[in-house]
Amino acid sequence: MSTKTSIRTPLNRVRGLGSAHHGTSDFFRQRLTAIAMALLFIPVIVIIMSLLGRNQAGAAAILGSPLVAIVMILFIIASVWHMKIGMQVVLEDYVTDEKTKLAAIIANNFFSAAVGLASIYAIIKLSSGV
Amino acid sequence: MTYRWTLTMAMSIVHRATGVALYVGTLLMAWWLIATASGPGAYANIQGFTSSWIGRVVVFGYTWALLHHMLGGLRHLIWDLGYGFGPNEREWLTRAALIGSITLTIVVWIVAYAVGGGR
Repeated sequence: MSTKTSIRTPLNRVRGLGSAHHGTSDFFRQRLTAIAMALLFIPVIVIIMSLLGRNQAGAAAILGSPLVAIVMILFIIASVWHMKIGMQVVLEDYVTDEKTKLAAIIANNFFSAAVGLASIYAIIKLSSGV
Repeated sequence: MTYRWTLTMAMSIVHRATGVALYVGTLLMAWWLIATASGPGAYANIQGFTSSWIGRVVVFGYTWALLHHMLGGLRHLIWDLGYGFGPNEREWLTRAALIGSITLTIVVWIVAYAVGGGR
């Protein structure tokens, strides 16, 4: 760092740094989605308990009811976002070859998006009763 | 220099391992939701899997991985806020997460059998 006095603030100097050039946004979102899931955890466990031992029609009626569907969709969004960031951290730590790493990170994005959207589609289908 | 394998080190790796396991396990969640939306035949298929012994082991393991990762995550949130770094506190937090996840998994399954079996 320069010994000259700078008029740039400390925040401005670190903003946008890091290998992804997005600063701490992934770090923050990892914690944000973790808190969201911790808050939704008990409602989700109650929903799953209420489904045990039921037939398809009974399970579909519960999962398609508005409040249950909203809680499930929120939990799915938080889950897939959280796991996408987490898996990227793991890949960046252990995959050393740059091309393999890039391919793995792309696959991670595709997998997380596909699992999340497929799950949300299923819940919307149950909610609309088609 | 001598390293001693500590509980906090082991739990750090287990946190990653449970995270990766939960990542793969979302396929089970997606399968379950899509099957429910598809109809009785598809629902019977996933029920056939989850009621088999291997299915029960997978779902039991998934329950523990989820609870362990959540309690480990709460421990990390406490550390993120700057608390719990003392030698006694960090050991206590780590033991609590481990014992808590095993205890809660057993409690959840006892309740699940009591609730599900009664229908």
